[in-house]
Amino acid sequence: MTALDGNEMVLNMGPQHPSTHGVLRIVLKLDGERVKSTDCIIGYLHRGVEKIAENRTYTQFAPYVDRMDYLAAVSNGLGYCLAVEKLLNAVATPRAQAVRVILTELNRIASHLLWLGTHALDIGAITPLFYTLREREAVLKIFENYCGARLTTHAFRIGGLQYELYEGFEREVESFCGQFLGKVDEYEELLSGNRIWRERLRGVGVIDAATCKQYGVTGPVLRAAGVGWDLRKAQPYSGYEQYEFDVPVRTSGDTLDRYFVRLDEMRESVRIIRQAVANIPAGPIMAKVPKVIKPAVGEAYVSIEAPKGELGYFIVSDGTTQPYRLRVRPPSFVNLQALGHMAQGALVADVVAIIGTIDIVLGEVDR
Amino acid sequence: MKRFLRRFLLLDLLEGLWVTFRHQSPDQIATEQYPSERPAVSERYRGAPRLNVHPETQETLCISCNLCAVACPENLIVVGSVRNPETKRKDLVHFTYDLSRCMFCGLCEDACPVDALELTQDFELASYTREGLIWDRQALEEGPRPTQYRQ
Repeated sequence: MTALDGNEMVLNMGPQHPSTHGVLRIVLKLDGERVKSTDCIIGYLHRGVEKIAENRTYTQFAPYVDRMDYLAAVSNGLGYCLAVEKLLNAVATPRAQAVRVILTELNRIASHLLWLGTHALDIGAITPLFYTLREREAVLKIFENYCGARLTTHAFRIGGLQYELYEGFEREVESFCGQFLGKVDEYEELLSGNRIWRERLRGVGVIDAATCKQYGVTGPVLRAAGVGWDLRKAQPYSGYEQYEFDVPVRTSGDTLDRYFVRLDEMRESVRIIRQAVANIPAGPIMAKVPKVIKPAVGEAYVSIEAPKGELGYFIVSDGTTQPYRLRVRPPSFVNLQALGHMAQGALVADVVAIIGTIDIVLGEVDR
Repeated sequence: MKRFLRRFLLLDLLEGLWVTFRHQSPDQIATEQYPSERPAVSERYRGAPRLNVHPETQETLCISCNLCAVACPENLIVVGSVRNPETKRKDLVHFTYDLSRCMFCGLCEDACPVDALELTQDFELASYTREGLIWDRQALEEGPRPTQYRQ
């Protein structure tokens, strides 16, 4: 770090700071209340997941991906399974695909709910946290009923699903969707109409579309900057092309717009879930994949739209039962790079809002 | 003018307060009073492992095939067996399951061909020592015995 002039001050934020959503350490260079530069120090939660993959069979590694973005474990599992299936030239059965869509969209809702609660908590609105966690509990209960775990679900297997749907799954999902839209309106009543909330977030952490593209930022952050890029539409996977939904886009690219984009995304997710639940095709849940997974020599990259952005898995196979190399393209890690740009010239208190609005999970940033 | 009155009378804030107020009714309570009120975990819940025994003969169902140990990503299952010269089958001698490293992924349960190893609905697994989390065959057959809460 270069020498500081008389007015500058260096402030360590984290790794134990509650608003950094985990163990992120940011070295802030301040001029009074203004942020001159930010320096993210990551790796406190590094577990070497990519290296672990090289010492596990393809089947054995599946539970580990749940532990990267642990708030959206189902999406992680989907991305990994799709990548291995691409290596194997296998496609999941229609029934498995529909169930996968339902569960990943439910997971998107759960992830956005936790984001909304904690983001509001960071900014000073404590009430929404209790309401969002209550609704999230309903989603987690569906996960628990389906696969037996709430967070680190391990719900999908390579080639399809391990568990058949339980009795009353459709009813439970439908009843959740029915009451959930009203709850989103309730959050809007609490926050969107609230003058303090709006004024606090408007114009904070602005990032434009061109800068987003330069940094490779994806997900709601990109869509709030006016780019309607959603992998579910752009390169549909797992049967997303059958469902009718819109991609919420806002233009000003500030924290308030990202809030609106995510709220609308939850509504769109409900739309997708309703369409998917209404006609889950009958048939087997597991495609014909060999018991011992041993893909031919080759490589595959598959990316999906996780709640936080583009989640990609790149796998190189050397023809054995274990991946030769596995690389994850985590949305949180890439999006976090934009923090420096967004926080430039902001107030210290805004840094908290900006970290919240990027929606990072440190398990995924550090891997 | 309307907008001014709205701002002046703090109507937008009162709207939010009304939401909070609505949630005061007792049927909105979401808190569970654990441990006096125990949560009902789902049927498929992946909790403490159990080594099933035959309900009548009390003999273990495990055939010592070692598939669970092979399936486990963390290699935390150790199956010990000896070949019985009379029946030409393997007899289970010891079975160790290191819960301190287990991530409850359920792969061992899926691998078991005779439904001997099963992840159950027991979720109270705390132990005062690390060694207490390494379960031997007896502990696996009996299941955890958490301290019961009394009022």
